[in-house]
Amino acid sequence: MTAGPIAFTLNGTPRTLPPGTSPTMTLLDWLRGPAGLTGTKEGCAEGDCGACTVVIEEADGARVPVNACLTLLGQVHGRSLRSVEGLRGRDGGPHPVQSALAEADATQCGFCTPGIVMTAWAHAREGGDVHEALAGNLCRCTGYRPIVEAFGALRDDDTPPAAPPSAPPTRLEAPGQVFHRPATLDALVALRAAHPDAWLLAGGTDLGLRVSERREVPAEVICLSDVPELRGLEPTAVGIRIGAAESYRRLLDACSADLAFLPLAGLLRRLGSRQIRGMGTLGGNLGTASPIGDALPPLIALGATLRLAGLDGTREMAVEDFLTGYRTNALLPGEVIRDVFIPRPPEAALFAAEKLSKRPDQDISTVGLSAVITMEGGRVAWARIALGGTGPRAARCAPAEEALTGQSWSREAVEAAASALEAAITPLSDWRGSAEYRRIAAGNLLRRLWHRQAEAA
Amino acid sequence: MDALPRHTGPGASLRQDSALKHATGEARFADDLPMPPSLLHAALVLSPVAHGRLAPIDLSPAFATPGVVAAIGPGDIPGRNDIAQPRRAQEHMLAEGLVEYWGQPLAIVVAETRDAALAAAAAVRPRIEPLRPVLSVEEALDAGSFLFPPMVMARGDAAAALAAAPRRLSGTFQANGQEHFYLEGQIALVVPGEDGELTVHSSTQNPTEVQVMVARVLGCDHNRISVQVRRMGGAFGGKESNASWVAACAAVAARRTGRPVKLRLGRKQDMAATGKRHPFLYRWQAGFDDTGRILALDATMAADGGHSVDLSGGVVFRSVTHGLNVIDVPDVTITGVACKTNTVSNTAFRGFGGPQGVLLMEDVTHGIARALGTTQEAVRERNLAGGENNAITPYGQALEGDLLRQVWAECRDGAEWDRRRAQVDAFNAGHEVVRRGLGSFLLAFGISFGIMSMNQAGALVHVYEDGSIRLNHGGTEMGQGLFIKIAQIVAGVFGVPVERVRITATSTAEVPNTAPTAASTGTDLNGWAAQIAASTIRTRMAEQAAADWGVTPDEVRFEEDEVFAGNHRTGFGELAHRCVQNRVSLSSTGFYKTPGIHWDPAAMKGEPFFYFSYGAAVAEVELDLLTGEHRLLRADMVQDCGRSLNPSVDRGQIEGAFVQGLGWLTCEELWWDAEGRLRTLGPSTYKIPGSRDVPPVFNVRLLEGAPARADTVFRSKAVGEPPLMLATAVWNALRDAAGADRLDLPATPERLLMAARAGRR
Repeated sequence: MTAGPIAFTLNGTPRTLPPGTSPTMTLLDWLRGPAGLTGTKEGCAEGDCGACTVVIEEADGARVPVNACLTLLGQVHGRSLRSVEGLRGRDGGPHPVQSALAEADATQCGFCTPGIVMTAWAHAREGGDVHEALAGNLCRCTGYRPIVEAFGALRDDDTPPAAPPSAPPTRLEAPGQVFHRPATLDALVALRAAHPDAWLLAGGTDLGLRVSERREVPAEVICLSDVPELRGLEPTAVGIRIGAAESYRRLLDACSADLAFLPLAGLLRRLGSRQIRGMGTLGGNLGTASPIGDALPPLIALGATLRLAGLDGTREMAVEDFLTGYRTNALLPGEVIRDVFIPRPPEAALFAAEKLSKRPDQDISTVGLSAVITMEGGRVAWARIALGGTGPRAARCAPAEEALTGQSWSREAVEAAASALEAAITPLSDWRGSAEYRRIAAGNLLRRLWHRQAEAA
Repeated sequence: MDALPRHTGPGASLRQDSALKHATGEARFADDLPMPPSLLHAALVLSPVAHGRLAPIDLSPAFATPGVVAAIGPGDIPGRNDIAQPRRAQEHMLAEGLVEYWGQPLAIVVAETRDAALAAAAAVRPRIEPLRPVLSVEEALDAGSFLFPPMVMARGDAAAALAAAPRRLSGTFQANGQEHFYLEGQIALVVPGEDGELTVHSSTQNPTEVQVMVARVLGCDHNRISVQVRRMGGAFGGKESNASWVAACAAVAARRTGRPVKLRLGRKQDMAATGKRHPFLYRWQAGFDDTGRILALDATMAADGGHSVDLSGGVVFRSVTHGLNVIDVPDVTITGVACKTNTVSNTAFRGFGGPQGVLLMEDVTHGIARALGTTQEAVRERNLAGGENNAITPYGQALEGDLLRQVWAECRDGAEWDRRRAQVDAFNAGHEVVRRGLGSFLLAFGISFGIMSMNQAGALVHVYEDGSIRLNHGGTEMGQGLFIKIAQIVAGVFGVPVERVRITATSTAEVPNTAPTAASTGTDLNGWAAQIAASTIRTRMAEQAAADWGVTPDEVRFEEDEVFAGNHRTGFGELAHRCVQNRVSLSSTGFYKTPGIHWDPAAMKGEPFFYFSYGAAVAEVELDLLTGEHRLLRADMVQDCGRSLNPSVDRGQIEGAFVQGLGWLTCEELWWDAEGRLRTLGPSTYKIPGSRDVPPVFNVRLLEGAPARADTVFRSKAVGEPPLMLATAVWNALRDAAGADRLDLPATPERLLMAARAGRR
């Protein structure tokens, strides 16, 4: 693989960056610094406020808002981007989206506005719930009412995406840094074996913080996004197979289109924001193995499996076995996560994917509970109940499952299971919630399943 | 039909002057200004412990990082190492000898790049011998550790009246702090000039204080320091005093290196090192009768001031004077204290002690209502100031009981209180684990700075020969729409479209000795000053026209971009040109000071407020009893804006303030660990409201037909802070839903779950 310069399209114009440009510079720092484009703002540098939102223009016309603060230059190589400066109307004046927000009184101090404009421009094409679109953009002044109203009236401008430059997968180099973009699984596995300390970069929504906030300069990065085996999503009769480096955005689209996976879609809509889901990946969530990874409890409850690839080939493993402890997993040196298979819940099973957080949108879980419960002859045939935020790792709760199995689906049986759950978990106290709250709330999430069923009946 | 001329003067709903520039990204904030040649970047070394003895700091490790140009400790400050408010005890800009909070600035590192400065600052290892930190306001209160003597507002004999009251009740609760979370963090860019001059671009509400602090730490005359601010990316009080020390640090670095220096705090450093809304602890005892009439109250409101005074005096003053809010209590003692703790020094935040103060009577009336088996609304109405009760506050200023009743009645009716109360009760009867609640709130908020000398403002208006107008004044734009409102006032004076008025950056070089843009007074003060300046020029222009036309100046009218008298008529620009030709000055300052206000701090008596702003709100919530999750389903509010200068800007202030108050009272939680380290340092852990948290039914009304009775500019009223307090209705609604006696704030899902469980036991 040869070295080459970083190349991408910005606001419709191909850009080739000077040799030696750090591939791990954040897109935000580059825009505001060398590019001299200060319309994109830094509000938090942790991917939460959305002031730095820019849009990736996909070849299929999709507009993917992302946080420029978490996006590294090496990741946008070969892509087409648009920042607020690149948004203009047909007459060269303000774009209708910009005028709409200004005329709606949707700006006060204006610092969040460029990011909201970019989110709006993407939303005008992508559609969907306005609050879901806005979850990744904070405004401290307006109280959002005028923004929400303006969003409700946006129209797609029907402009085709700007083409990305021809930028073959390559090695991006800067003094003291190599940013690998392998294009095959074999190349990836070989690189991983050769560079065990390299950062494995999937979406970068977690790893990117080490650059944006902690200002780290990694020597070796292996970017996963060009590896075909790690991309793509395949819905089948038995479930969904998704590449480890495929975005949550694509998984959410697939789950939203499939009745059986609607509970998972509901959870994914609360995972980060559109900006985070545009970059973030299931592989990243699994690799990080955080006890509060949003996606982990439903994967465990559904009995998801993953395939790990290494020099010796591929092995398969259940997600619940893959997570071994607090931020640790079963990856062997030289291995990478290739893909994940999410089995379809059995027909007529109760499938729930619950999440508790301080704020409904774009917040990290205080507690997560997912359950798949099947009934036979009025009794629980089997139950898989998985928890996050209640111990060192996301895991099943066997005592609760046992308490339910063989019982009728009744208030008393659920109460017994919830009590068993409360007794079995070992949550911590932190800023998201006390141990006591987590314990009670986790049990109550289970109780709530019964109440909801009872109310629906 | 001819198009009517577009009305752009006072009362017109014009949009924020920079709205389109915000949307296109063209609006420049301090960090967006073109970088001056040879710019350096500064970073701060912050204390890693909350309390300890600090050895003289060794800055040599900083120089191991390539690109480092200077490292500055307290001994390198050329002037005074003091960022305290005037006439207050010294507060160090860089700690000396003692560190008193986690995140306290210890040193400044200056480098060619921001990354180098940050890396070098991180390499400095201060030696600190840890001392036990005091982290709870309760501990400081019980130990009597105060930042200044208690403020006691008293009327009658509360102790005797309590003893004689037929019924008594006591309570205690806490309201925690709030991070401003302005989207644009603290920043200053300092550019040295000739003869020791410095130009400071600061994101500040208080350019004059930046000038004073910079001059103080440099030991130079104020006339060498020029401070400019075109706009801030939000402030909310967080840039009233905290912006000053940030700019002062950058100024010391610029003086030391002789080069331009930018200091921009990243979000985590900003949240660690800058003050927040004061947390409060409340203890009260009330005496009342079976009709719900409150006869006596003895209350203590203890603010957590943090490690230093900063603006805590003003915050406690406002909390005490707003402690009764709209309620009349005949015999009352309210004691306000600012406790000293080893946390960041808490500071101004929209409402400035008012939001904390008005919580007191909500807890009291809620408690009494539960004790008597009646509603909080009934208890409030029974004790409402004015009418059958006394309208005079314990400090001696009268509330307008008729306006209070009008605002409440309009809000109550608009919210369909009776119908919805029944609806909520019916819903609750049919649901086991989901509860709805209804709550209300009524506000009287005093407008004026508590420090009398701050109630002044200046403006500078020029009319150029072509009839274009340049407007400058002491107020700063932080998104609140001040600039457009004042431009509307000036446009109104000259009878010209607002487009003729050029809005310019606030500058201490143009208008000196200004008050901060704070306390909701920005328009009241600066609007009058601009009106006076413009009127002075208009008078001169009218005299010129009168002389030209042989009429009296009184006959000259300025309307629709033209000037008229009898059959005479000329364009505004033509008259300006004619004035210049005839050597008439078309430039004027304007100066305004609020009339009639006075305060005796020893007696805690006086009439400190020019007028009161009134507002009312009704909120409906839904609460999940299993998890404590809750949603605000609907909010209705009526806010008194007098005769609004710009109804759409005012509506934006009301909505934004309400949602900010909602955040303070519900989801925004600052969390310190046992060592006094703030662990919620960014939006990933500190959750301000998102768009979904705004109520789907959000009815905002400005009180109509109620011009201010005080002589305010165009009879408008201030609107920046009061509506934040209307969110208090949500607290009451949540308590209604939870059936809880005590619900501390913020009412997170956890607190609600625990309160609901306690309430049901």
